[in-house]
Amino acid sequence: MSAAAAVSDDVILRAEQVGKVYPGTTALHAVDFAVRRGAVNVLLGENGAGKSTLMKILAGVERPSTGRLFLDGREVSFASVNDAAANGIGIIFQELNLCPNLSVAENIFLGHPSVRLGFDIDTARHAEATRALMRRLEHAIEPQALVGDLRIAQQQIVEIAKALARDVRILIMDEPTSALSAAEVEILFRVIGELKAAGVAIVYISHRLEELVRIGDTVSVLRDGRMQAVAEMRDIDIPWMIAQMVGTIAEPSAEAPRRSGAPPLLRIEAVSLANPHGGFLVDHVSLDVAAGEVVGLYGLLGAGRSELFEVLVGAQPEASGRVRLAGADLSGQPIAARIRAGVALVPEDRQRDGLVQSLSVAANLTLASLWQFLRGIAIDTARERDAVGRTIRDLLIKVSSPEVEVTALSGGNQQKVVIGKAVLTRPKLLLLDEPGRGIDVGAKAEVFRTMRALAREGLAVMFATSDLKEVLAVADRIVVLAAGRVTGDFPRSEATEARLVAAANQGAAAAAGIAA
Amino acid sequence: MSGGAEVAIAAAARPRRTSPLLLLLSLRTLIALFVVFAFFSVTAPNFLTLETLVLLAKHVSINAFLAIGMTFVVITGGIDLSVGSIVGLAGMAAGGLIDRGLPLPWYHVTLFPDVPVVILVALAIGVLVGLVNGLLVTRLDVAPFIATLGTLYVARGAALLISGGETFPNLVGRPQFHNTGFPILGAGTVLGVPVSVIALVIVGVIAAYLAARTPFGRRVYAVGGNERAALLSGVPVARIKLIVYMLSGGCAAFAGLIVASELVASHPASGETFELNAIAATVLGGTSLAGGRGTIWGTIVGAFVIGILGDGLVMLGVSSFWQMVIKGAVIIAAVVLDQMQRRMQRRMAIQAQGG
Repeated sequence: MSAAAAVSDDVILRAEQVGKVYPGTTALHAVDFAVRRGAVNVLLGENGAGKSTLMKILAGVERPSTGRLFLDGREVSFASVNDAAANGIGIIFQELNLCPNLSVAENIFLGHPSVRLGFDIDTARHAEATRALMRRLEHAIEPQALVGDLRIAQQQIVEIAKALARDVRILIMDEPTSALSAAEVEILFRVIGELKAAGVAIVYISHRLEELVRIGDTVSVLRDGRMQAVAEMRDIDIPWMIAQMVGTIAEPSAEAPRRSGAPPLLRIEAVSLANPHGGFLVDHVSLDVAAGEVVGLYGLLGAGRSELFEVLVGAQPEASGRVRLAGADLSGQPIAARIRAGVALVPEDRQRDGLVQSLSVAANLTLASLWQFLRGIAIDTARERDAVGRTIRDLLIKVSSPEVEVTALSGGNQQKVVIGKAVLTRPKLLLLDEPGRGIDVGAKAEVFRTMRALAREGLAVMFATSDLKEVLAVADRIVVLAAGRVTGDFPRSEATEARLVAAANQGAAAAAGIAA
Repeated sequence: MSGGAEVAIAAAARPRRTSPLLLLLSLRTLIALFVVFAFFSVTAPNFLTLETLVLLAKHVSINAFLAIGMTFVVITGGIDLSVGSIVGLAGMAAGGLIDRGLPLPWYHVTLFPDVPVVILVALAIGVLVGLVNGLLVTRLDVAPFIATLGTLYVARGAALLISGGETFPNLVGRPQFHNTGFPILGAGTVLGVPVSVIALVIVGVIAAYLAARTPFGRRVYAVGGNERAALLSGVPVARIKLIVYMLSGGCAAFAGLIVASELVASHPASGETFELNAIAATVLGGTSLAGGRGTIWGTIVGAFVIGILGDGLVMLGVSSFWQMVIKGAVIIAAVVLDQMQRRMQRRMAIQAQGG
């Protein structure tokens, strides 16, 4: 809390000891955060560090569980987004909040339409104001165009225009450049410059650190829901930001990669998955994985990592190519048969794909392996209970009773439940898609330790990640995917950050071509 | 029964999370049952007599059969609006077979099957309608509401077509055709207990066992709780859905047989709006229409609450108009309490974590 004293009179909005508790997780622990007028206030942190939660509290989307907010030195509490907007706070969400079925102008004025006689919407004025905003943003987007017909980058511009349409004094931007091209980013930065000059306070969140160095004025780093550090941008550099964000990384295991002469446990031959919009999501991937090996699958967003895993587990019946596990051909088999044959997937999005929220921890754990607990047609509850108890102990899942609903657990423990579910199927091949995402550092280390332990027991383990440090620290061997193709395959001894990044960017141009 | 209610009770039993209010809320259906039972015991003369209670159980059993099948469907996140029409169709199929037989014009004979065969045919028809529902939902991606709304009309139309809208009266069968005995289902007793009530106990126990103790039941909950996660865990989602609609159709056909047997006649309009009573009992019993939560036991209690309310109000001489108002209010209250419980559980989970 080095810069807690840096409270000066140009602070427009101040959060004091703000905390937020959700069922199962504490997203923020008593955080202080000051937003300065006429400055770009950068908020930095890994996924799950609490940035979005803090933003939502500042913008009136969520109410804090503890702590206070001060606007111009006066204590405030926002009942809604509209309430915050009335106080001059605008927010551009990371996930676009637009109605695709409405026009650009309708979207921009959705929350605050100009009306005549109190009910008649003044469409002409909306159109004119929209045109003015688009001129300012240097985009020729028609006010009457349907938002659903626009490209993602254009939608992002509309989102920005929507925030500008209200007279904002504080503008929160959550990853505003993630969908924009380099030229569009330049325009956005110019607009940010104008806003700054006009005294608007910008709160800026981005993972692109180079961007932050260019436009940031102050940097606040969140880690695991706590304010890790606050500094002026001129005093710091990118390595400092990374160190504050990441903290200590999961310890690298001391094991040498195993490459015995034994035949591979998993053999993937020319596996492809067509992209419905043209091209391939997975483009003729061939790969061997040995028992006991931990393979890191590295690649940028959209490289096809998750899709490859989905093909392997059988969730993509349209995929072509051959998948053999321990000599058995799995091609064309449904998910259940592949699970029985020894493939287990820990999906990336555990809320959407991993957990049944309405079921207990125990029922979630055994969902994929019920066949093991059969006695006649019934579940042998005694054996099931034993297996559940053993898994909870082995994976160090913190839970008061196996019968509580799984949503009551913290993110890290929920992730362990998904892993436990996979392990209970007695897999030969364990696939983990971004196993470290959205869980705290301690849980992450435990998850990676578990992965290594399972590999020692003779499983082939593959995990996908877009985190360089993670893949270098944990994997025996690193396979790089770019635009659905294998563009690198390194034993750990030969893998360096530079090589991985170079391989991951091969064919990235091709991917951009497809996207455009 | 691994539903939300039991989990809530388990949670409440641990000292740190004890809350009398939460316990009361989680037992609300049972409490409602005791309240209505006690109320009519005091206010309605003759309510607390063996005859009345036996009659009540018989009334309840029909709705309970429908509601048990409905519960499986609703737990998967679906709904089955066709059950009332299946009641009519199954009854008409049975009535037709007993009364007129199955004419085989090519051989110039008419087949009069035995009563057990008649019952099996009627059940098969119900299962078949369920199969159609299931195929529409799983193969053709029709929303369950629409698919079963469609079969509601089709099955009702088929029931009317069987007799041209006529009633099949006096389904006692003829000794010379060896097809007597159909009325036993609705009017017979074993040791003074009606056959339909015995059947309810058997079906209820089997259904509860299926739901709570078998992989099938677990998968039903998983499909309703999170279909994608279930699919990725190897649950054959489409097959599970198909089976629950077939179960529901079979349960509805059984209810239709009981109705026809009790009346010793089958009327093509019988079972109209029964689907709504079944949904009401299911919801009253704590099953979430969003899927993933609910118990067979809760549904049966829910069916009894509705049944006692209906019969009791009749005995008190309350007009049928007011009965509808009261029934509706009770259903809404049940759902409101359900939401209150969810909110409280959520809040307590947060507190437990903070403390």
